[in-house]
Amino acid sequence: MRVLVVEDDAVLLDAVRVGLGLAGATVDGVASCADARAALSTGGFDAVVLDVMLPDGSGLDLLSAWRRGGDRTPVLLLTALDEVADRIRGLDTGADDHLGKPFDLDELAARVRAIARRGAGRAAALLQLGDILLDPAAQRVTLAGRPVELSRREFAVLAALMERPGTIKSRPDIETRLYGWQEEIESNAVEVYIHNLRAKLGREAIETVRGVGYRMRAPR
Amino acid sequence: MTSIQGRLFAILLAGTGLLWLCAAAWIYAGATQRLQQVLDSRLQASAHMVASLLTDGNLVAASPGAARIPSLEGAGRPLSCQVWSLDGRLVARSEGAPLAKLSDQPPGFADHDVGGEPWRVYVVEDPAKGLRILVGDRLVERQALLAELIKSLLVPGLLILPLLGLLIWACLARGFRPLRALTGELNRRSEEDMRPIEAAPDAPTEIRPVVQALNDLFAKVEAARRQERAVTAFAAHELRTPLAGLKAQAQIAIAASHDAAVRDGALRQILVAVDRTTRLVRQLLSMAKLDSASEAERLEEIDLAALLAEVTEPQRGATGRVEIAPELRGLVLRGNRALLALALRNLHENAVQHMPPGGLVRWGLEDGDRLFVEDEGPGIPAEELPLVTQRFFRGRHKSPTGSGLGLAITELALRQGGWALALRNRVASPGLRAEILLRGA
Repeated sequence: MRVLVVEDDAVLLDAVRVGLGLAGATVDGVASCADARAALSTGGFDAVVLDVMLPDGSGLDLLSAWRRGGDRTPVLLLTALDEVADRIRGLDTGADDHLGKPFDLDELAARVRAIARRGAGRAAALLQLGDILLDPAAQRVTLAGRPVELSRREFAVLAALMERPGTIKSRPDIETRLYGWQEEIESNAVEVYIHNLRAKLGREAIETVRGVGYRMRAPR
Repeated sequence: MTSIQGRLFAILLAGTGLLWLCAAAWIYAGATQRLQQVLDSRLQASAHMVASLLTDGNLVAASPGAARIPSLEGAGRPLSCQVWSLDGRLVARSEGAPLAKLSDQPPGFADHDVGGEPWRVYVVEDPAKGLRILVGDRLVERQALLAELIKSLLVPGLLILPLLGLLIWACLARGFRPLRALTGELNRRSEEDMRPIEAAPDAPTEIRPVVQALNDLFAKVEAARRQERAVTAFAAHELRTPLAGLKAQAQIAIAASHDAAVRDGALRQILVAVDRTTRLVRQLLSMAKLDSASEAERLEEIDLAALLAEVTEPQRGATGRVEIAPELRGLVLRGNRALLALALRNLHENAVQHMPPGGLVRWGLEDGDRLFVEDEGPGIPAEELPLVTQRFFRGRHKSPTGSGLGLAITELALRQGGWALALRNRVASPGLRAEILLRGA
């Protein structure tokens, strides 16, 4: 799960970035409307955490512009103006959820997971494909009821593939889900993770579509 | 508690009563004198009449004291008359006249005590006939007359006085009705209601200025309240964000107990957040103090160089240099030291915060009355210059620990101290130049 965080308070931005990272998300943080606009246009975000008061404008205006432009990325608004009218305005502008400052980091992570899930067209919190059961909240995977030990990155690759079973994910697709901007993309890393996953879940679990990418094999 | 209505009532009633009493006293005094004169001349006339009526011998034959004179009727009251021989025998007396001699005085008027009663007596002597004629009046009767007169003056007064009092009270009550109406309206108001009072169309000219003044006050209170609400909302917002950061970082520190690097990072961020929140709270308190109390009354001689040294001291040894121009030495001005110190401290912090590493913050004086500070930071975008003195405005080039209050506090403190702040970007090189007009705006 890749999340864009737009927050101008450096401490809070850092906290959300680290916090969502601990919850298994790949997080990119920006501190202004302009940077947020540029970031979102690169695509690939499963959710956006958006502060309402930004130094170069209002988060609500930004959101409204995104929605007018047809962007459907789920957005969670962070506001310090805790009035009902503000919340209503935020939701009516196109936000999917709302959280008032100060908030609980675990709750933020859960809400981000929820809007990302709904944005991907799913209602169930757990991803299941055949024997494989993936719990995004607990960052746990079981195979036929037995827990499978996965690294953070391996988990992220599996989650990306299981979100829409049957669709093919290209290597760059998977890479954007794994790495924030600041991180160096290791070459062949995706191949290594796929290899590891196959070793732990069974060779036939992930199918290579030559020249295109990878997809989960539908259960027999 | 004194009531204007009660006091006016007392004054009016007492005044009217006093006037009445004075008139009565005046009339009484005049009437007394006039009555004395009239009654005295009646005594005199009666005595002379009796003397002229007496002829030789027409009383001599009579036994001593037996002779009777028909009672002298005057103005409905009998006078007493005695005729004495010069050798001391009572020759005759009128009916009702006492037997005791009315007077031993020589001819003329005399006051005499007869049988315990005060008398007014007129004496005529007729040496040719050897007789003394005495005509007298009981003073008691005269006083009764006067008492009746004064009673006829006072009784109507006493009867009318309560009526007059009622009339005065009613007039006063009517006169004070608009004031009572205003009091009622103010009493009924809730503390939230700041709408102007509508003066009744027939409100007297004495009430209208009061209503106007009250409405002006309402408007001022309302404006102050709105401002306060806006500031409170902003303060809440500005406090919540660092608190949210604090809380989230604390949660990370707890959650990442196994990962020392993450935990230490979170703890360092907590320190930053605490510093920023501390500063914000300090600024909020400064602001509240400026808003609530006017300290500008305490004027003293301020040694500018000493004050600057004191203000810039805590910031020294940061990443850059601070220079205080030599021409500031020995400059003394009169004003409120606390306000100027607050303004200078905020300007200096602002300059230091935006200073690039190794930069220079320079304090100087221009034209003898413009104290300025120049930094080498990014300056303020031209379109933000008019906004930066608003509370909680944080521009594009904000510092991580900025509260959005520093320049607002500076501006307010200087204004209260009778000075003025001017901000502009430096022309030759990047940086902000803040000027304080020491002679005020």
